[in-house]
Amino acid sequence: MLLTLDDVSKSYRTAEGPLAVLQGIDLSLGAGESLALTGESGSGKSTLLHLVAGLDHPDGGRITVDGQAIGGLDDKGRAALRRSTVGLVFQQFNLIPSLTVAANLAFHARLADRFDAGWQQQLTARLGLDALLARYPEQLSGGQQQRVAIGRTLAARPKLVLADEPTGNLDEATGDAVMALMLSLVAETGSSLLMVTHSQRLAGQLDRRIHLRSGRIDRTVERPA
Amino acid sequence: MMRRTAMTALLSHWRRRPLQLVMLLLGLSLATALWSGVQAINAEARASYDRAAATLGQDRLDRIVSSTGAPIAPSDYVALRRAGWLVSPVIEGTLRLGPTRLHLIGIDPLTMPDEGRAGDISATGDLLAFLTPPGLLYVSAETAERLSGQSLPPLKITSSLLAGIGMTDIGTAERLLGKPGEISQLIVAPGQRRGLPPVEQIAPGLVVKAPDAQGDLARLTDSFHLNLTAFGFLAFAVGLFIVYSAIGLAFEQRRATFRTLRSLGLPATTLTGLLLAELVGFAIIAGIAGVLLGYLVGSVLLPGVAATLQGLYGASVPGTLTLRPQWWASGLAIALFGTLAAAAQSLWRVWRMPLLAPAQPRAWARASESGLRLQAALALALFAATIALAAFGSGLVVGFSVLGGLLLGAALLLPVLLALFLALMQRLTRRPIAEWFWADTRQQLPGLSLALMALLLALSANIGVGTMVSSFRLTFTGWLDQRLAAELYVTARDEAQAADLRAWLPGRVDAVLPIWSVSGDVRGAPAEIFGVADDPTYRDNWPLLARASDTWDQVAAGTGALINEQLSRRDRFVIGDSLDLPGGWTTTVAGVYSDYGNPLPQVMIGIDALTTHYPDVARLRYGLRLPPTHVAALSEALRARFDLPPENLIDQASLKRRSLDIFEQTFSVTAALNVLTLGVAGLAMFASLMTLSTMRLPQLAPIWAMGLTRRQLVLLELARTLVLAAITLLAALPVGLGLAWVLLSVVNVEAFGWQLPMHVFPADWVRLAALALGASLLSAFIPLRQLAAVAPSDLLKVFANER
Repeated sequence: MLLTLDDVSKSYRTAEGPLAVLQGIDLSLGAGESLALTGESGSGKSTLLHLVAGLDHPDGGRITVDGQAIGGLDDKGRAALRRSTVGLVFQQFNLIPSLTVAANLAFHARLADRFDAGWQQQLTARLGLDALLARYPEQLSGGQQQRVAIGRTLAARPKLVLADEPTGNLDEATGDAVMALMLSLVAETGSSLLMVTHSQRLAGQLDRRIHLRSGRIDRTVERPA
Repeated sequence: MMRRTAMTALLSHWRRRPLQLVMLLLGLSLATALWSGVQAINAEARASYDRAAATLGQDRLDRIVSSTGAPIAPSDYVALRRAGWLVSPVIEGTLRLGPTRLHLIGIDPLTMPDEGRAGDISATGDLLAFLTPPGLLYVSAETAERLSGQSLPPLKITSSLLAGIGMTDIGTAERLLGKPGEISQLIVAPGQRRGLPPVEQIAPGLVVKAPDAQGDLARLTDSFHLNLTAFGFLAFAVGLFIVYSAIGLAFEQRRATFRTLRSLGLPATTLTGLLLAELVGFAIIAGIAGVLLGYLVGSVLLPGVAATLQGLYGASVPGTLTLRPQWWASGLAIALFGTLAAAAQSLWRVWRMPLLAPAQPRAWARASESGLRLQAALALALFAATIALAAFGSGLVVGFSVLGGLLLGAALLLPVLLALFLALMQRLTRRPIAEWFWADTRQQLPGLSLALMALLLALSANIGVGTMVSSFRLTFTGWLDQRLAAELYVTARDEAQAADLRAWLPGRVDAVLPIWSVSGDVRGAPAEIFGVADDPTYRDNWPLLARASDTWDQVAAGTGALINEQLSRRDRFVIGDSLDLPGGWTTTVAGVYSDYGNPLPQVMIGIDALTTHYPDVARLRYGLRLPPTHVAALSEALRARFDLPPENLIDQASLKRRSLDIFEQTFSVTAALNVLTLGVAGLAMFASLMTLSTMRLPQLAPIWAMGLTRRQLVLLELARTLVLAAITLLAALPVGLGLAWVLLSVVNVEAFGWQLPMHVFPADWVRLAALALGASLLSAFIPLRQLAAVAPSDLLKVFANER
């Protein structure tokens, strides 16, 4: 298994006392598999994604990514994990405003020391970004920015792509186009995909979907073959 | 109601960002404080000069003096009175009381016009006590304290006399000074009878001098105060950078609020008016704090300034400040002016802001990039104008304008150069983090450039003034070695003792060099005329800047004179020009010598010419040449034989030390202002970094998410601060050296009349670099600590769009 979560829990301190966001989560994801996390707002989807990415610490349980237990990694180790094993796509795109589209696309791959000019060129063409390479993020539309964000992640060929509402900021038509592109590129790279989404329609396009309710797995649905 | 609601929304920004408010108020208070502190010092000094000028009514009454500087004979006074001139005699001199010196003025209260008396002499009914032994001595409270325990007439405190001056009856003064019948000047009463015979006809050798409203001191010290004002203004300008930066960022951060208020129906003029009202409120608060702080700054600096003015010009300025009502007004006015000047651009932008203007940081940066081109053009135009001004202009105001143009041009050019450098570095790097580092630094530039400009100004001023002072020190030390060639300097108590000395010294020393001088007017301004013996000491050592082939022969023969650089520059004298001297005789300029630290024109003639033309010259002081190893023994012998007080016997080393002390004191205020300016620039950096740090998380979080640790981010942020400070420091070097050149070659010449060679001191630069980088590190410390301690949950908020 590329990713396993074993009895993972997480709570936050609030003014009213501790708030349990995730409780006893068990989950696994194989190489090349795709999994959608759905649920209401506040059900713990994004928190789960952040824990898997090593952006946050679980209070209990064990998370293993590519054979590495994240709990045993220090800050440096988790940073290395994000650099070389995991790729993140956010709802807010989170491109680097000071770099051009070309530099943004290459950034993560170069950081992971896996920059491949040919693959980058292919990606650029597939994502329809050829004419935009010299522009800066704020000169792009939302759909264009998200395509750059996807390209940035996939250029590094991560084993695990973590996407948090990647089309949440886009209109339906643009969102569908971006989603289709992302799924086909993820499939081509052989990466696994863990995606947080509100949309059952989008979730239905992935191999499996898990629905979270109040921090617990409510149900798991396999895509019909 | 609408206005109040909108104002509440606008002010809520400061409640959420109290540190930004503190920085704004602090910047404004500091700028006001440094400016009003310097103004306070200047006002105090000028008030003293006015009082000095008003002593004996010199600012309003004619005076009669000897054209040669010699005392006026009582017979001349009597002749003038008999001819109908209403004149009143005055005897002046310096009374040495151990280490204390008192400038004693003796007047005749019965003939002295009201304007010439120290305010309350007759009013208090002390006239009889004043006139009859033991007399009364009027002094200031400060002087009275210093004179306690001395055997003097009873002291009477008056506020109308400056410290160090005493006024008494002419008879008492004659006795105390040991100058019987030596009238220094005659005060001419106003409303003289018409048709009086001219003074020159009654008493040849006497001349009438018109009243001097400004006073010699005010004139002499003008350039000193202009220097001080220039530094005060520089500090004010650097402080304003903080204000400009804080206001600019606060406006930028509130752009969304402005948009919302406008879209809810608040007119642009009302919004601008509310922001203006907010700023005026801040200006008043900061102005009050600034004036109080300025009083503190002034109080701390004033003793140093007073000592400098005493050492350099002999001007007596009290060491404590008086709180004047006009400061409050001027302090508040300058705070208001500063705020409005700093906020003008931001207010204009708000007024003209399109409702849907982009608010992304990169858009801000790009807008600034187009502004950079304009800034570069402006800087180049300013440099061209400055060069033209330096080449074709003259005068002190031009000198300071050149300085201002140079500094402002350099400050404007700095962000342009930094942007070019960062773009080049981004292009040259291959590593992704390095590329991001340079690109991101470029993006931070608009937010930091004002603080960096402030740092550039402070560093350039430090390098410029430091180079000037160090060049001056080096030249001055070498010059002192030449100038103070005699091993021992001795001053006799009186003429009789001087005659004894002249008889006793030969055979005991290698040479006796008289140091005799008279005062008089040369080309309408007060000057000193010294006599110089024909001796190898002078021929071999005297620091001549220009000379004839037979300079010393001309001087020895009494046909030529040496003049100091100040006089040569002021009246454009060259070798061979004829020079009219007091007493109605003419000589020829045979040489020009450097005379640093002396504000007065000076002439040196042969000793025989001096005694011939000015037979009454005091012959009390001598320089003695002897082997250095014999100095102690001879001093002891002189003390034993002539009972000389310690201050009348000074060896070369002590005199040099004393001269250097005065020199160091002169620049201590400048040094203090320099450090304050650098401190303010450091604060500007801190303010900018603190404000920027609140906007940094969205830019740093994605990098962190892609695999950089927080520690790496902190180190990169630290490196960014250091790199920017280092580049600013590098840019400050040529600017500082340019500044030093202008100070040495333009301002000094205009202000003091002397030009100095420029030397460079790389060791000082290293020290300054360490200081500047240290200050930058310090200013970055808190923002970096905050970043290092930022919780992952705060970084995650960036991705959740919950910020």
